[in-house]
Amino acid sequence: MSLSAKDKDTVKVFWAKVADKVEEVGSDALSRMLAVYPQTKTYFSHWKDLSPGSAPVNKHGKTVMLGVGQAVACIDDLNAGLLTLSELHAFTLRVDPANFKILSHCLLVVLSIKFPNDFTPEVHVSLDKFLAALSRALSEKYR
Amino acid sequence: MVVWTDFERATITDIFSKLDYEAVGGATLARCLVVYPWTQRYFGNFGNLYNAAAISGNPMVAKHGTTILHGLDRAVKNMDDIKATYAELSVLHSEKLHVDPDNFKLLSDCLTIVVAAQLGKDFTGEVQAAFQKFLAVVVSALGRQYH
Repeated sequence: MSLSAKDKDTVKVFWAKVADKVEEVGSDALSRMLAVYPQTKTYFSHWKDLSPGSAPVNKHGKTVMLGVGQAVACIDDLNAGLLTLSELHAFTLRVDPANFKILSHCLLVVLSIKFPNDFTPEVHVSLDKFLAALSRALSEKYR
Repeated sequence: MVVWTDFERATITDIFSKLDYEAVGGATLARCLVVYPWTQRYFGNFGNLYNAAAISGNPMVAKHGTTILHGLDRAVKNMDDIKATYAELSVLHSEKLHVDPDNFKLLSDCLTIVVAAQLGKDFTGEVQAAFQKFLAVVVSALGRQYH
């Protein structure tokens, strides 16, 4: 299920539309994840405030989305492009990779809400494939 | 037994009372067939499913999507015993339709995304949590009678 040339183009074109809303999208996706999958809160016990729209959620949502943007930029070689991030998640953060799928789903829900006309089934499938590939690259260094 | 909060009950009832079954049902099944193309295995007699445009415009897909969505009505009306409500449907999907129960989760993810687009800002994190909890119970009940 590797990314075709068409998938890559679709992702790049769509992500260009998301680019100026990264903080909003990231914050919403993260807030949703914490609300819909409460077990994910275990990774943020060091935050004072986990409520939607709080300062740590906004900041971290933006950080994560900038990471996705980085992946879009290196879409032709995700493993190489995300090497440092993979090492961070593997050795320091140690986030269970099952959570990448969870966050990906929440991101797709947010994109569906914010871009109802652009988030067509074709865009959906390319993005879903991309996020799966991104998650795989991010788990690359785990073991 | 599943415990529902007042908020969850109200949210589920509210969502389904406002739902455009034709639009949402058709769009959901079409999206599932496009995003997870292996699900097309169950629809060999649906005619043209060759590409996303064909799938989205296929009248059999639209009709069946509506049927599936109306199937959820029974769960909405019997939230306190979804397992029993769907026992027969579960047997049908297992013995007659031979549907891999993993597909139920794929379809429910597509439904979440389509409903999210419909409700827009109103589909808050709390609403999403209630909706996904409801769908998880439905999915579990549908898989219950497989052996």
